[in-house]
Amino acid sequence: MSEKLLTDLSINEEAEIVEIRGGRGMQARLRALGLSEGQHVKKLSHVGLGGPVVILVNRAQVAIGRGMARRIIVRSNDG
Amino acid sequence: MAKANKDSSKPTRKRKHVASDILLVGQPNVGKSVLFSRMTGIRTIASNYPGTTVGYTSGRMRFANDIYDVVDAPGTYSLEPLDDAAKVAVDLIDEARRIINVVDATHLERHLTLTLELIAQGKPMVVALNMSDEARHKGIEIDVSRLAKRLGVPVIPTVARTGEGVKRLILATLSLDLKKIGREEGGHPGHHPHIAHHPVGNHTRGHKHIPEKKAWTKVGEIVDEVQILHHHHHTFGQWFEEASVHPVWGGLVAILVLAVSFILIRIIGEFLIGGGIGIVGNPWVELPFGTEKLFEVAWKPVMMKLSGLLGEGSFLHNLFIGQLIGGQIDFMQSFGILTSGLFIPLGAVLPYIVSFYFVLGILEDTGYLPRLAVFLDNIMHRLGLHGYAIIPTLLGLGCNVPGVMATRILETKRQRFITATLISIAVPCAALQAMIIGLVGERGLWPVALIYGILFVVWILIGVILRFTSKGFRPELLIEIPPYRAPSWRALGSKLWMRITGFLKEALPVVLGAVVVVNLLYQFNVFRYIARAAAPVVSFLWGLPKEAIAPLLVGILRKDVAIGMFAPLNLTIKQLVIGSVVLSMFFPCIATFVIMFRELGLKDALKSIGIMFIAVIIVGTAINFLWPG
Repeated sequence: MSEKLLTDLSINEEAEIVEIRGGRGMQARLRALGLSEGQHVKKLSHVGLGGPVVILVNRAQVAIGRGMARRIIVRSNDG
Repeated sequence: MAKANKDSSKPTRKRKHVASDILLVGQPNVGKSVLFSRMTGIRTIASNYPGTTVGYTSGRMRFANDIYDVVDAPGTYSLEPLDDAAKVAVDLIDEARRIINVVDATHLERHLTLTLELIAQGKPMVVALNMSDEARHKGIEIDVSRLAKRLGVPVIPTVARTGEGVKRLILATLSLDLKKIGREEGGHPGHHPHIAHHPVGNHTRGHKHIPEKKAWTKVGEIVDEVQILHHHHHTFGQWFEEASVHPVWGGLVAILVLAVSFILIRIIGEFLIGGGIGIVGNPWVELPFGTEKLFEVAWKPVMMKLSGLLGEGSFLHNLFIGQLIGGQIDFMQSFGILTSGLFIPLGAVLPYIVSFYFVLGILEDTGYLPRLAVFLDNIMHRLGLHGYAIIPTLLGLGCNVPGVMATRILETKRQRFITATLISIAVPCAALQAMIIGLVGERGLWPVALIYGILFVVWILIGVILRFTSKGFRPELLIEIPPYRAPSWRALGSKLWMRITGFLKEALPVVLGAVVVVNLLYQFNVFRYIARAAAPVVSFLWGLPKEAIAPLLVGILRKDVAIGMFAPLNLTIKQLVIGSVVLSMFFPCIATFVIMFRELGLKDALKSIGIMFIAVIIVGTAINFLWPG
């Protein structure tokens, strides 16, 4: 069980969100799309050259800009 | 049957919103607009990506001999006003008598938070459990009556696309008791601890926010109780959904989709114009119809007769028929109201409008565009934007007006300014492109490709400059990627029809007006004086004959007409390329100009125009001096 950034997950790796390091506005925007502490996610993609990260959360795909994804801390299920 | 009243004024302004008998509220991309169309019979532009409805639409519904005002609110995730759309929705809720909360049956856990917030507002309300066919298909089973009991409001499963359940929804909505304010919630206080703790106080207007953590636990409980997920095998659809965001495969899919789209637009456009099927040069198949042939075969003889009647050279002949070229009518060059005035919009441009919007409609309705936004995000960041800005930009390739209006889906003023400025300067509309392909394409495909290439480079360069010079917060991409959906041909057709009639209604009068103005200005020699004054820039810097100032000025009215005016000037290929680029960049057509003022405000619109002037002079001059010969 190791904690890392959402950006550091490898593709198809599953994890649980531990912490979202951001202001109220960012927290609210993420929560609106189903991303909050305790939520399980699976990383689907990672677009090169600083592109967004795509994850699966609640059976929905969500694309998150790299800067924002770097402020989401997750605990990987694979350890 | 119904009167549409599209609110296109700024949604951010503080103003009284219309009172509605029925208000549709829900998160983005749940099908509110489709449901609205079903109820009112008004065609709306709905697509498979969040944020299609940026303002709100109101209309009338006739039901059992009564008429009701129905309003379609912009999609909002929460009543906490995070963006303009949410602010508009909150104002609309205040004025509404009944609410239909549209939720996505496939993602109940996310949509119920808004539902709980809405219930806390205490308005009579019904929940429409939309896309229930998709939920069934995905193995999601929802106990509807139990959900209704837990929420304390009626819940009706619907499929807005097919109309399933819509009548039941309307009946349920109309039978709501308007006097009953939702505080008691049908007498299930035990089931609503959050509401019991936060009662709606003496009918004050303030919006009640449920503490977030609590709301989430609550939603989790309800969903656990009413929803059963059947195990489902990975379907081909799901596999393809994951593949098209994959870092490698997704990138290839993006390139392929764009290439196929461009080729398809050209094939269909050329087919409708000339009746031939082919990609470049000589078509593989030639058919005996097409708009161009229709004009040649059916319209020309009539016009030649009229020409004889009016007598060449007379004032009326010049106005209606224009100049004869070698004793014949040339639909591109004659420039009479009934010749070029009709041919440009109907013969040359309309086919490309049809093919562009047909292909765009497919891209929109399948849900591909948000995926494209993901792959272009890193490029768009270099321009101070994020991936979602590609959607208004693509719309701008059809017509700059909806493109600039769609910049509202972007979060910040800065992004809207950059995107709108880039659209008005470097994104040619379909009408302009059709004429460039028609006129420049006769001289070969490479000059056309060169024009597109130059405009693309200009788009990138101005974007990079704006990124470093305009101040403001740069938000990051954060979007939900909707599932792929097979487009409904009926919906696709209706959207296409709306856009085509929209083009005809808006463009046709302006084109005819522009042709009249051109004729009058020529007959009174006005252009000659302007040409003399503009010669330094037009001739010296851009290397164009000074007569080219006339089309450049007419471009303010309509760009397609303006390109047509290049036809009789016997320009070299170099001059045609410079002329087309300068015309594309120079002053946005009057319709775009008006929209830019409205969307950006006076200061930013003027700034944008200033950038355009500087850019067009530099770019035109650069091509002229860098191109040998």
